[in-house]
Amino acid sequence: MTGALYATPAAVLVGLFFVVPLLLVVWMSLHRWPLLGNPRLNAPDNYTAVVDNALVASAAWFTLRYTVLITALLFVIAFGLALLVQNRRPGVGFFRTAFFLPMTVGFASASLLFLGLLSEEIGPLPAGGDSPALGSAVLLVLWRFAGFNMLILLTGLQAIPLDVYEAARIDGASRWQVFGRITVPLMRPTIALVLTMMITGSLLAFDQFWILTRGGPDNSTTSLVMVIYREAFVRLDLGSAAGISVVLLVLLAVVSSVQFAVLRRRSA
Amino acid sequence: MKAKLAAVALLLATAACGADEPGAADDGATLTLWTRAATEAVSKAYADAYNASHRNKVEVTAYPNEEYPAKLASAAGARSLPDLFAADVVFAPQYASQGLWADVTDQFQSLPFKDSVAPSHVRAGTWEGRTHAVPHTIDLSVMLYNKDLYAKAGLDPEKPPRTLAEFAEHARKIDQLGGDVHGTYFGGNCGGCVEFTFWPSVWAAGGEVLDAEGRTALVDSPEMAEVFAVYRDLYDQGVASPASKAEAGPTWLGALQSGKVGIAPAPSVWLDAIEAKGVKTGLAPIPGLTGGESTFVGGDAIGIGATSGKAQQAWDFLAWTMSDEAQVEVIAQRKGVPVRTDLAANRHSSADPRLVTANGLVAKGKTPYARNFNATFNDPQGPWLTTVRGALFGNAGQALATGNEAITKSLRQG
Repeated sequence: MTGALYATPAAVLVGLFFVVPLLLVVWMSLHRWPLLGNPRLNAPDNYTAVVDNALVASAAWFTLRYTVLITALLFVIAFGLALLVQNRRPGVGFFRTAFFLPMTVGFASASLLFLGLLSEEIGPLPAGGDSPALGSAVLLVLWRFAGFNMLILLTGLQAIPLDVYEAARIDGASRWQVFGRITVPLMRPTIALVLTMMITGSLLAFDQFWILTRGGPDNSTTSLVMVIYREAFVRLDLGSAAGISVVLLVLLAVVSSVQFAVLRRRSA
Repeated sequence: MKAKLAAVALLLATAACGADEPGAADDGATLTLWTRAATEAVSKAYADAYNASHRNKVEVTAYPNEEYPAKLASAAGARSLPDLFAADVVFAPQYASQGLWADVTDQFQSLPFKDSVAPSHVRAGTWEGRTHAVPHTIDLSVMLYNKDLYAKAGLDPEKPPRTLAEFAEHARKIDQLGGDVHGTYFGGNCGGCVEFTFWPSVWAAGGEVLDAEGRTALVDSPEMAEVFAVYRDLYDQGVASPASKAEAGPTWLGALQSGKVGIAPAPSVWLDAIEAKGVKTGLAPIPGLTGGESTFVGGDAIGIGATSGKAQQAWDFLAWTMSDEAQVEVIAQRKGVPVRTDLAANRHSSADPRLVTANGLVAKGKTPYARNFNATFNDPQGPWLTTVRGALFGNAGQALATGNEAITKSLRQG
């Protein structure tokens, strides 16, 4: 009984801010839902429309490519940074702070910062033409999030007992052997966490493309969330937006569960 | 006889009540008005003049242009729309059809000057025969040209082009001045910019872009193909600034203010902003390929928020904004285009022949009407921008044919 009471605040918060909105989205996705006036049941129209929507297909393909690209680059860079500042030595605090600092800038502000930086009109680093659209967004995300992911990986690194490393050294293990046989296996839970966050964040990418490229040129950087935004706020069709959201949610749940299953099985 | 007398008495009583109404509608209420940044200055000028002579107080809040439609949509969803809100006139049919604006048909019909209120704007605010919005500001697309560059290139600064072919010829001559001077400039990555500046040339040639109901696209017409071909050639030959390809709107005005562009179609309201940078600017109607002239009658429409509890007071403000007083002393005084065709010539416009030219275009121009206009034409993810990019920088013939199909589909989407 006491246990249930202790859990109540968290349960209420989760219910209010997660379960209720989730059910509402599912409910909306079954209706024609105007901004004003009464909703009308139209299931499964909002779902069949997802299949017909050519923009959804191209946005899904782009979002997947972007997710693979960002996850690979961000993981390598963040892990590299974490290894660089892993050990206590003079000046390491400065570098840890420097790498983490971009995280303190709001993401929308950071996007606007890059927009100004790369502007052909006012920017100190003008990016001409339209080829650098994706590149600039990738650069922005790497700059903004590498430090944060470094920090999480760093805590994982520091949780590995030093005795294990010492034992390996005594046994004559090389640097690569230490990395491959000790660091990576013992880091698996942390790596799972970081990868899940990266993949989820990338599949839900919106701000950077909305601000930097508006999805252009020629819809080449239109992400799935931008399509949801278009359905809700341009076409004013909330039911259709809810439909795509539910599909994306299911996709995210599947990806995350597969990922966890793979990473947990190996570490067990 | 008695019945007749009673009827007359009743009529008189009603009339008396009617006479009282302005007083009742001007009861010191505070009215919130939302507008987009582009229109902020005009909305505030209206509000200041109204507040100075009325007991009601109008408070204007402006939002960034791109974020404004989303702001309205979320306010509508939360049933907390402001008492009054303005919107890009091409969005008006969608907002009217969604019921975001209150029905003002009866009030509008009672205005003595209702027939001279910019007809294409009034039509844009009409859904299923009911009026939901009235014109707030008018912005026309015109040719703006740099008089100094005209003189330097050996062209007569008082003789703007009369055909689109002549426009291209002038642009080429100015481009030959070399250096960082370019013949022309356009928003090649901005659906709204292209429809605003290219469609008048199609209309001037007698063509159409949409059917009257806004449910069928006609962009695969020969007129449209010819207009795109003119701009495409100018870009290919480097006469149009290379920045035209990526121009999505935000830096368009800046490019013209630089004084490095010969002649370009642009919003008439930029005339002052460009001259303020010391660029001597001429204004001419947008011509068709071989003559004729037209304009895109843009600007903002305004209506009463459907969830407002102060509809009567809000209408008092709207009716006043369309009055002679507001149109001449607020709009014409700041070199704007009056929303009433009977006030095209007024004591302010007669001082500047360029304004007479602009005001005279309102009757010749069009405001396209479609419920799904924004999603189809202005939104960067809409099918129009894809069509534009293909027609200007890709396979033109194919882009217009497949674009026409995609645009029609988008226009009809439920």
